[in-house]
Amino acid sequence: MSKKAFRPDVDAPEWKGGHSPYDIIKEGSIAIAVVLILTLILAVVFGSPDDPAITLKSWSTTAPVDFATTALSELNGTSGTATYGAPYNSQNSSASQQLGPLKLEYWIGVHIPINTAKVFVINPLKALPGQPALDKDLAVFQNASASAKTAWLNNYTKAAANMKFLNNQVVVNASDAGPVPLMINDLTQMARSGALDEALLTGDSFYTTDYTDSLLFISDGSYLGQVAQADHLTGSQWGMMNETGSWPGQAWLWLYTFWYQVSPMNSSSNGDVEVLAIMLLLTVGLTLMPFIPGLRSIPRKSKVYRIIWREHYQNQTKD
Amino acid sequence: MSTSEIDRQWTTRLRKRTFGKLPPEKMLPDTQPSYVSSWIYVFGVATISSLVVVIATGCVLAIFGPAWWHTSNVGHFVNSMHLWSVEIFFFSMVIHLWGKYFMAAWRGGRALTWITGMVLFLCSIVTALTGYVSQSNFDSQWISTQAKDAINGSGGGAFFNLLNGGQMLMWHIVLMPLILVLLVGVHVVLVRIKGVVPPIEENAGAVQ
Repeated sequence: MSKKAFRPDVDAPEWKGGHSPYDIIKEGSIAIAVVLILTLILAVVFGSPDDPAITLKSWSTTAPVDFATTALSELNGTSGTATYGAPYNSQNSSASQQLGPLKLEYWIGVHIPINTAKVFVINPLKALPGQPALDKDLAVFQNASASAKTAWLNNYTKAAANMKFLNNQVVVNASDAGPVPLMINDLTQMARSGALDEALLTGDSFYTTDYTDSLLFISDGSYLGQVAQADHLTGSQWGMMNETGSWPGQAWLWLYTFWYQVSPMNSSSNGDVEVLAIMLLLTVGLTLMPFIPGLRSIPRKSKVYRIIWREHYQNQTKD
Repeated sequence: MSTSEIDRQWTTRLRKRTFGKLPPEKMLPDTQPSYVSSWIYVFGVATISSLVVVIATGCVLAIFGPAWWHTSNVGHFVNSMHLWSVEIFFFSMVIHLWGKYFMAAWRGGRALTWITGMVLFLCSIVTALTGYVSQSNFDSQWISTQAKDAINGSGGGAFFNLLNGGQMLMWHIVLMPLILVLLVGVHVVLVRIKGVVPPIEENAGAVQ
């Protein structure tokens, strides 16, 4: 019976050489102590960042026009969230990201339904107490025909290109916009008071830990991105591996964020799922490296192992 | 009770199987092969040691709740320790991973050890992501709103919602640590059963 040939990238010889004393418990204890001391030193010297969260109140106070413009996009259905597709709204396959023929986002469907006009604008306004003029306008808006709503929203949207915020009021010179001007202005006032933060968070329950609505609303505006840009956190700034200030971020994501800098992913509407697929492929390849002929030979052919085991090979030469 | 009856017991079988593969002298060895002599070996134990500090500081943060570190100087300091131990953890793990890659450490029936290590690396990334979005500050707002698109694109956003703070916190402090600790246990036991991979045999024929 012939003996199976030794495969240097698969098989390992049985060690018949010497052994040296090894105290595994002592090694582990010393390692924990060293890491603890190093962590303490780094924490004392460098600390950690904690930039406060942006609220609808702080956003609408700092950038009221951006807030009001975003509120309008939620009402007229043109915001990022309103046109997102699954998992938030509309089973619209063209709105969802896809990888070739794979439309996973679309196939899984809407699981976190959000009608932005209702959830972000109309329902919070309805919750405002003691506002008879607003209540009347909300009733007018909700009872109006679809064509009337569209006409009001179109007229207001056209004029909103020159929106201003003067004397604590949203100013848009729009004619025939129905109740839209009052709704947008009142929602802005509501946000500036802090009441919109509360309404979006506790609209369904007193106890809540789900910030989906508030975060989607905030991320639809420009303000969040501007703050992130100033902190070098955006995609084109390799932001995935950065952190606010000068602290180290998720440096281990360098290869993930690298693909976002490369064409076609840097301009593709399916960029996120394309990068995910590339990383998935690379990860599976690395995980299954032991079974891939050619690739599993790279370590042996690179000779880097000779640096790692240099004492062993030096001793072999001496012998 | 007869001997054969005792031998058939689940407990007996488990004990024999466990200690047959992993006798005490293998689990807690007092010697090691002489080729285990390089700084690269430090990073495996450094990874586990930093995980111990990560979990310990995370436990302190858990005792006082998710908002504590925003309002307390002590809390902020513990958070700083948590952050830096995570940085050391990933630094050590990446060097450990590439060290093992260049040793072709899957040789000699050690493929499962390599695979559990890779899965550990991936699980660590998910754990870190859930941690970053659980900070309840600007960082978590930005990261969650950006990263959601990739998760949604894969179809996973319907079940793993980065914008749901409660869900992410539970993943970060319960599910992922459980998986990580379990996998680390399996990884270490596999290392102890198979031993540290010997140097590449240079005199053998290069047959794949």
